[in-house]
Amino acid sequence: MFYCILCYNLESEVEAWSREKEAAMLAKRDQVTQRLAAEGRLGPVGRLMPTTTAVTVRASRETLILDGPFAETKEQLLGLYFVECRSLQDALTVARDLAGDTGALEVRPVSTFYPGIGLQ
Amino acid sequence: MSDVAWIGAAVQAARPQAVAALLRYFRDLDVAEEAFQEACLRALKSWPVNGPPRDPAAWLIFVGRNSALDELRRRNKQEELPEDDAISDLEDAESTLVERLDSSAYHDDVLRLLFICCQPDLPATQQIALALRIVSGLSVSEIASAFLVTEAAMAQRITRAKRAMADSNVAFETPGPVERAERLATVAAMVYLLFNEGYSASGGDAHVRLPLCEEAIRLARLLLRLFPSESEIISLTALLLLQHARAAARLDANSNIVLLDDQDRSLWNQQLIAEGLVLVEKARRLSQPGTYLVQAEIAAVHASARVPADTDWQRIDEMYGVLELLQPSPVVTLNRAVAASKARGPAVALAMLEPLEKPLAGYFHYHGVKGALLKELGRKDEARVAFNQAISLARTAAEAAHIRMNIDSLSK
Repeated sequence: MFYCILCYNLESEVEAWSREKEAAMLAKRDQVTQRLAAEGRLGPVGRLMPTTTAVTVRASRETLILDGPFAETKEQLLGLYFVECRSLQDALTVARDLAGDTGALEVRPVSTFYPGIGLQ
Repeated sequence: MSDVAWIGAAVQAARPQAVAALLRYFRDLDVAEEAFQEACLRALKSWPVNGPPRDPAAWLIFVGRNSALDELRRRNKQEELPEDDAISDLEDAESTLVERLDSSAYHDDVLRLLFICCQPDLPATQQIALALRIVSGLSVSEIASAFLVTEAAMAQRITRAKRAMADSNVAFETPGPVERAERLATVAAMVYLLFNEGYSASGGDAHVRLPLCEEAIRLARLLLRLFPSESEIISLTALLLLQHARAAARLDANSNIVLLDDQDRSLWNQQLIAEGLVLVEKARRLSQPGTYLVQAEIAAVHASARVPADTDWQRIDEMYGVLELLQPSPVVTLNRAVAASKARGPAVALAMLEPLEKPLAGYFHYHGVKGALLKELGRKDEARVAFNQAISLARTAAEAAHIRMNIDSLSK
């Protein structure tokens, strides 16, 4: 079985972290991901750019494009895609193609990405 | 991380929202700041024991408000005090408060807090100092060292600025759309000034002033989170990120300015560039270009060129053309001339400088650019005159050193 682990935190607080704190945090996670990679069970890992870069495609009668992160707390996160795109516009086109009749797709650029090792 | 360190980061992040809400509640900046300080002290006692609250800003607002009310009652000696027990029911009260915070009011709270720092009567540096003290929560000594003045002088400036602010009448009602847009524009200009205070520094003080750039970016991001579809706020954030991305390459080991063409582009921060480029694209979708978007577009062209020869000077030339329409100024035309010299040749650029001779007679860069264009056209004697003029106007040793290099190259 594959599991997806989602990272949540207060963005403004993470921005206020010192460089040492940030480095310590990344080093700690690195230890875990290296172990998982060695065991051949690490899938793709991505760090997302700040929510200020987000654009949301909301499906309704017609698809709406909203500038900002997904914010409806009454809906739940149900899935995710990593896609290579030439531009934000390209990513929005993909999201529009993926959109159903309801729900929303939040497009977030990825700032760091590791493809992972071993999952099939 | 120690308790103090993580509480420090949480409190710093929550500060603008918390002080802004307390200001709306008490309508007095001193009371609001004291209330926030008191709440921070209580957080230091409470959070290590009870763990961090789900929403630190809501906790600080709630506790700060209660402690300030207690303090006001104590001063009025009207009734006996409820002690800390009064806030024992914090969890419940916090959740109702959080609901209210989710409403749009706090966006305008934070905007108001930033806006009152931008009193038009105050000189720009005082506006910036005030915002750093009140919104960012930097200490007076931190601000003083960033501005290269003594702590006493900075304390005096801030006190004076606060007095001017107290005399002004800022409406506490929710602003209408026009007023909100005006406030945003004023605050954005202040954030850009703050960034430039750090960015334009060179020589020995450059390193000290870098935190000003980082603080400006933090404020821009804060504004952008509050107003995510404001094209000019998106663009301003992009502009700051794209310029700041070059920070490590802008000065050499002797703190001399390294020109864009000579910068080691491997030192550019690619993460900041990527974020800046996405934001430019996002802003472009929204509306007619504003001045920050056009400037961000220009920075984006530079940031996208892996080597100087890849730079799309024609696009930069065009963008400066747009900027000339939106915000006509001799300095913008001067910048356009630099781009035009690359895109269309030095003769065209030199012709563009002619109408600038009077307005920019005392401007270092005008004479520097003129000298460089004349040099390129092989008019060495005239170039030397322009360079000498530039040296007499240089404000820093690094600027003068750069021109001297140019003069030396004339005699080769």
